[in-house]
Amino acid sequence: MHFLEFNPQQDFHLLFLSFVLPLVGYTIQIFFGKKLPRRGDWLLTSFMFVAMSITVLMFAKSLWAAYHGQEFRHHSGHEAGLWFHWLYSSDAAAAGTPNVSAAIYYDSLGAAMYAVVGIVSFCVHLFSIGYMAQDKRYHIFFANISLFTFAMLGLVLSDNILFLFIFWELMGLMSYLLIGHFSHDPSQSYFHRWATQACKKAFLTTRVGDTCLLIGMVIFYQHFGTFNFTELWRLAQEEVARNGGQYPTWMTVAGLFVFGGTVGKSAQFPLHIWLPDAMAGPTPVSAMIHAATMVAAGVFLLGRTYPLMSPEVLSVVAATGTFTALFAASIGTTANDLKAVLAWSTISQLGFMVAAVGLGGVVAGMFHMVTHAFFKACLFLSAGSVIHGCHHEQDMRNMGGVRKYMPVTFACMLASTIAIAGIPFFSGFYSKDMIILRAWENVLGGHFDGASFFAAVALPVAACLTAFYMFRLIFMTFFGEYRPGTVPSPFAHHGGHDDHAHGDHGHDEHGHAEHAHAGHGHDEHASHGHGHDHAKHAPAVHAHAAKAHDGHGHGAHGHADHGHADHGHAAHGHGGHGEHAKPHESPLPMLIALCVLATLGVFGGHFWPADLGHSLAFWHHAHTWFETSVTLESLYGASAPIERELLGHAGHTAHIVALSVSLTVASLGILIAYLIYGRGWERSQRIAGKITGALGDIYGVIKNKYYVDEAVGCAIVVDLEAKGNKRYEPDVSVIGGSVALGRALSWVDKNIVDGLVNLVGRTGRAIGVGSSHFDRVVVDGAVNGVGLITQTFGSVVRLLQSGRVQQYATFAVFGGLFLAAWLILL
Amino acid sequence: MGLGAYIAVSAALFALGIVAILVRRNVLYVLMGIEMILNAANINFVAFDRFNQSAGGGGGLEGRMFAIFVIILAAAEAAVALAIVLNVFHLFNSVKPSEADLLRE
Repeated sequence: MHFLEFNPQQDFHLLFLSFVLPLVGYTIQIFFGKKLPRRGDWLLTSFMFVAMSITVLMFAKSLWAAYHGQEFRHHSGHEAGLWFHWLYSSDAAAAGTPNVSAAIYYDSLGAAMYAVVGIVSFCVHLFSIGYMAQDKRYHIFFANISLFTFAMLGLVLSDNILFLFIFWELMGLMSYLLIGHFSHDPSQSYFHRWATQACKKAFLTTRVGDTCLLIGMVIFYQHFGTFNFTELWRLAQEEVARNGGQYPTWMTVAGLFVFGGTVGKSAQFPLHIWLPDAMAGPTPVSAMIHAATMVAAGVFLLGRTYPLMSPEVLSVVAATGTFTALFAASIGTTANDLKAVLAWSTISQLGFMVAAVGLGGVVAGMFHMVTHAFFKACLFLSAGSVIHGCHHEQDMRNMGGVRKYMPVTFACMLASTIAIAGIPFFSGFYSKDMIILRAWENVLGGHFDGASFFAAVALPVAACLTAFYMFRLIFMTFFGEYRPGTVPSPFAHHGGHDDHAHGDHGHDEHGHAEHAHAGHGHDEHASHGHGHDHAKHAPAVHAHAAKAHDGHGHGAHGHADHGHADHGHAAHGHGGHGEHAKPHESPLPMLIALCVLATLGVFGGHFWPADLGHSLAFWHHAHTWFETSVTLESLYGASAPIERELLGHAGHTAHIVALSVSLTVASLGILIAYLIYGRGWERSQRIAGKITGALGDIYGVIKNKYYVDEAVGCAIVVDLEAKGNKRYEPDVSVIGGSVALGRALSWVDKNIVDGLVNLVGRTGRAIGVGSSHFDRVVVDGAVNGVGLITQTFGSVVRLLQSGRVQQYATFAVFGGLFLAAWLILL
Repeated sequence: MGLGAYIAVSAALFALGIVAILVRRNVLYVLMGIEMILNAANINFVAFDRFNQSAGGGGGLEGRMFAIFVIILAAAEAAVALAIVLNVFHLFNSVKPSEADLLRE
């Protein structure tokens, strides 16, 4: 047996190990994390490293099988007898009644996704060591991301939709906890209040989708009597065959409900509103949510339930995905927050994936999920690195020129941006092109339905916008001159200096940690060669930190405060920082994580090609590793839906069309971005101002995210001016539909349900009092009475028991006489 | 003299013995009462034996033999009873049966 051949006897145990390791780590961490050295980060990170190594090894096995033409669909229950029996009875099994048993299901898609989760999660762990170093709840943070990983790993391995749902819900909980990570830290004034609301918003919004999924799941169970994916696919196929090749209506309804789950979890319109606000969590969490875990789960669910979806459902899926892709991309062009751009970009890319599944290109959709996970994780972590380096500034207008200070971060982010924009030879190109190709194949292949046509037109537009806003981000952040304090920023400090000295946001302490840990990046600082000019230097430290100040007028603040902020630098012998506290490169663990992800983001599309020559000819899609490994047959086996036959040479034409469209839109987007933002900051503001002026109200509508949040009543407003208010009043208004509904339900609960419950309670109590009385008087009376009678009788009788022999003899004699008299006289 | 006279003496002796057992305050009198009862029985044995022979009911010695047995038994009983009395005296420092009331327990 080749060492890369899948060995059911041992590999399922390895898989299980990699799956439970994060849970074990979580358990240890939650109890002992605070007491462990370094608050336990090394423990979880090394656990995650082991888990990742296993996921990668197993993934290699799946690739090996694919390249040797072997089927790779493994089930631990059937192959190794490893079951987890839940709600199981052998009697019911004998009678053929449904049971719920779970096992590991590991196929080519699962293998790819499993490896993605492992790698991204490990990188996030590694990154967090640097990024979260100053966090007060550092150990809890690590515990939570580990459990988050555990949930996603479990979701990928589930062989049935019920267990998928369980892990799905666990992930919902973990996202709630992680997005709300800062809600326990009032010192993070801005994030504190935002996070408190954002985590609720995320939880409630995804809950809508979860409920849909549950309903859909139960409908399928009602008809098919099983949760198992393989069984469901087979039964669905039989059902359709019985129904004359048509999907029955109930399957359409149930399919729509299942898709509702994806809409919630994968942030599709109109339930996308939670994802941009999820940025309130720490950046590594955003990377987790946006890349490997939360949102990928929805798309993964689509991959697992694809054969259950009727054509009508798929049309809805395609239309929703396409609309979301375009819609979110347009908003992405207006965002100024570094992370917001990426958040909208995620929604847009998820739209691509969902649309791909809807168009019948489930392989393309899954491929994009995998490549996207790498470059989006890299983008988010790079953004985190930039934010970290720029002293927690998030507004791109206050950045610029960061390239010079953070070369490694810049390289990683640029590579990922190119990948997401869809430039050939970078991973994103392969997957995105496949999706556009799929749309054009449908259109040109004679399957001219509305959704396909919409997708064929709108997806390239969305791709163009993607290229545009991503390069806008690159130009605004990394090019030009560093320009802190250009606009008022809520992210940096705007409080008094007391706050600052204590590291309200932990800026200065970060600065410390930086310089204490890593030596790189200081060359840039040193090259400025300024002396210890405190008068000049000190105010500048606060320049970007001070809200609405001109950044240079802080002389009145005195030097004592600044000393704290600066001595870390001074200890390294740097001669100050010149006019501003320059951005600095991040510490080594963060950079390693970035580089790993950037490499995968670049090569993730086509590494390990079956045929090197063909794979270099980048239009030969069928030679990327993913398409070799994951095909409809490898996914669903005999239950695979029949692919639509393409008419004539439509396939070839579609290839050429899609390729040229992809290339055109990507270059167009980049070109526009360069023309507007690539030629200097002042000029970019001028041009952008003209464009927004020309657009007029339309710009305002887009800028305000089409008012969807307001429409569903879930807008979060963080009032910064109230920052001085030490009580942190809930000046955050969430009058979300769900919250309002919750309040109404709470009223009903308090007044009607509680009333009923109380009535029942009171009645019960009255009956209780009555019966207690009865018990005390009658029952106890009877019992006591019996006791009393016995006692009285005993006390009389005991008089006879004098212990005197003569008395006894007297009784005996008179008794004998009595008996004698009796016998004689009668 | 007829049988009735013997029986009357025997009954009287028995009654006296019973009374002695029941009412005497000294255990020695109680023992005497027991002896009287035994002797009342002896009188009956001998009397019935005698009158049974004279009535021509057979020539056995059963009645008289029983009387001798009873005398022997009375001697043995006296020995045991006196031992008991001695122990009771040791235990209660008294020979009054009313004070030996441990049976009450």
